[in-house]
Amino acid sequence: MTTTYRICPRSGLQFDTNAEKLMRWHAVAGVLSLLVGGIMALGVILTRWPAVKLLEADVFYMVLTAHGIDMLIFWIIFFEMAVLLFASSTLLRCRMATPKLGWVSFWLMAIGAIMTNVAIFQGESSVMFTSYVPMQAKWHFYLGLILFAVGALLTCFIFLGTLVVAKAEKTYEGSIPLVTFGALTACIIAIFTIASGAVILIPTLLWSLGYIREIDSLMYRTVWWALGHSSQQINVSAHVAIWYAIAAIVFGAKPMSEKVSRSAYFLYILFLQLASAHHLLSDPGLGSEWKVVNTSYFMYFAVLASMIHGMTVPGAIEQAQRLKGYNKGLFEWLRKAPWGNPAFSSMFLSLIGFGFLGGISGVMMGAEQLNMLIHNTIYVPGHFHATVVIGTTLAFMGLTYFLVPVLFKRELLFPGYAKMFPYLFGLSMYMVALVMMGAGTLGVARRHWDMAFAGSPMAYEWPGAAYLMMGLTGIFGTIACVSGGLWILQIVFSLLFGKKLEEGEMRSTPIPLTLPAPTPGGAAHPPATPGTMVLALIFLTSFILYYFVNWKYLSSLWSMA
Amino acid sequence: MADQQEERIPVMQQVLDNPFLLLFLGITIPTVLYVLWGVMEIANIPVAR
Amino acid sequence: MSAILPPSERVWWNQPIDKLEFTWIAIALVWSLVMFAMMIWWHIFGNQNLANETYKTTKEMYAAKTQAVVDQYTVRTGDEAEKQFPIVKPPAGSDIYLIGRLWDWWPVYELEHGKTYKLHLSAMDYMHGFSLQPQNINIQVHPNYDHVIKITPNAAGIYSIVCNEYCGIGHHTMVGRMYVK
Ligand SMILES: [Cu+2]
Repeated sequence: MTTTYRICPRSGLQFDTNAEKLMRWHAVAGVLSLLVGGIMALGVILTRWPAVKLLEADVFYMVLTAHGIDMLIFWIIFFEMAVLLFASSTLLRCRMATPKLGWVSFWLMAIGAIMTNVAIFQGESSVMFTSYVPMQAKWHFYLGLILFAVGALLTCFIFLGTLVVAKAEKTYEGSIPLVTFGALTACIIAIFTIASGAVILIPTLLWSLGYIREIDSLMYRTVWWALGHSSQQINVSAHVAIWYAIAAIVFGAKPMSEKVSRSAYFLYILFLQLASAHHLLSDPGLGSEWKVVNTSYFMYFAVLASMIHGMTVPGAIEQAQRLKGYNKGLFEWLRKAPWGNPAFSSMFLSLIGFGFLGGISGVMMGAEQLNMLIHNTIYVPGHFHATVVIGTTLAFMGLTYFLVPVLFKRELLFPGYAKMFPYLFGLSMYMVALVMMGAGTLGVARRHWDMAFAGSPMAYEWPGAAYLMMGLTGIFGTIACVSGGLWILQIVFSLLFGKKLEEGEMRSTPIPLTLPAPTPGGAAHPPATPGTMVLALIFLTSFILYYFVNWKYLSSLWSMA
Repeated sequence: MADQQEERIPVMQQVLDNPFLLLFLGITIPTVLYVLWGVMEIANIPVAR
Repeated sequence: MSAILPPSERVWWNQPIDKLEFTWIAIALVWSLVMFAMMIWWHIFGNQNLANETYKTTKEMYAAKTQAVVDQYTVRTGDEAEKQFPIVKPPAGSDIYLIGRLWDWWPVYELEHGKTYKLHLSAMDYMHGFSLQPQNINIQVHPNYDHVIKITPNAAGIYSIVCNEYCGIGHHTMVGRMYVK
């Protein structure tokens, strides 16, 4: 394949046209998965809304399985593969390694995604996202996942290959950009994730075909979560990279410290994946030493890293804004931020929601003993809708607004909706996460068709507040589904009917990256960031309070030893 | 650059600039601490009598 | 210059760290270590720690052990249910076996508050989720593993055991009971 380069006139970015096309296809495949997953979300939410109870039990469990897999695996990983290609070939201004293999990878992923969806909608693979043995799905459910994973693994290798190409062909000097470093973190976690997935899903496939007699349920859960949880840690690394990228694109923000931000990512590389143990804290047979070391990311070092990113991203924005003269008081820099720019507002809502709702709840439920309070309750999906929907999906959606003109060369239609969207979708998801966690605190089960236990000889009656919160989940969930659906329509319409924009200069050789010479005597002293510090301290206070309130709650339970 | 006094790159920066070393660490640590240790624990569960 | 460009300084590792940024890192580190210590502290001083005492077993063996306890200590048959459940009242300190299966928890135990029992949990088919309400104690239940937990109910009442691990089409009907006198 010949390589040509396009210089985007709107962003100044240089795209390898092979990589660019792959990015577009991955992004589109991701959005299609999001569409399927979103329709399924509506089915789930309208069934769990006690007053509506839309679907029959068998359909509900099928729809829930599809929702989990299309969202947590297909949408997010398709989009992340586009991010990997962007962070390597585009940001390093080089050619992508092995574009042909890139297409093999894409089609493996696409065929895998279709195969698994077919298996689910045939109706005999309603085994949930987790497909815990000994419950068995049809063989093509597992095979689809394996093909998808192999495809994704190839793109991870292409990413690493592209880093080698850029270094060999000297398209940049010094270290890779911070955003690329974040993508590298995501790539490394993805490789671990996929390898673990292969270790457990290949035997499971053989078992579903009858070649293996039995798979141990505890062994399955342990290894499967190295896939299931780590895949969500790819998201964390990727969306934090996108936070940095949007701060850089919108504000020209410079990281407060390369050393600090990269070290924080380094802690992710080393420890983030251990958190797979969060799912096994209330399981038999695994020792407390294993549980404590793993659930705490060694010694909460990955939480430390997230707290660092959570401060340095807004900190970098505050510095950039203060340099522009928004210097009044603690928060003028924030008040005068471009709240109407959907890339920024998505990113900021993503950051705050991820920290306050997803982060705090995740650490609480990841404490070994506290986990018993919420294990398998709807608190768990409450938590991960804060991390994966508010944190990851919202950041990806915001970035997509930037990509429509830059990558797809189309003018965005309905810009008025784009301004509103992050608030409509983001804030309704804040509410969904909160009320789900509320219902979970009262004990309401996740993955459960009927909280009234119809037909059970010994039905339990949940408190009225639990019903209220499940009703609110329905209401805010519906708002989120509808606004997300409109976002998909907006993007699809813009790609099909938006005004075509100028391609920009096409070249056969790349322009290497040139940097302005470092200011002699080091950079001017950047302004201090007191506003960010205040936000961080508010965060810490809520964190500490919520954490200890739950220990207090735990202490009121039956004693157990 | 070349004519400037070349400052030695600190070890930690060299580590962070080496994607394959990072890849090695990022696979090995969770494989040992989470997967292998966990599988060992399960394999060593005693049999009920 | 910015996060999407390479660092402008060739040697960025030696760049000084902003004072507030450094303060935050120090605070976050201390908090991380406090949370780590908290789990260990609770193992020593707390009263709610999930035991790791577990045995590999078989469905047949576990069912037989449960049946033996039911045969020995059944005091009456439950009449509040359409299905007939044995109500089993074992002496304090004894081993009580609970079966999770499609789609009930069997049998129903009657315990005394303030007394300690060794609760065994295992499943007969798929995984199930032991969710004691309104206490909100939630434990994963596996087939072929016998998980032993010493429990001491601290208040009298009628408790429900909801299944909170998806176990098929009748999952929502899987509710058991436990009486504490
Ligand atoms: Cu069940």
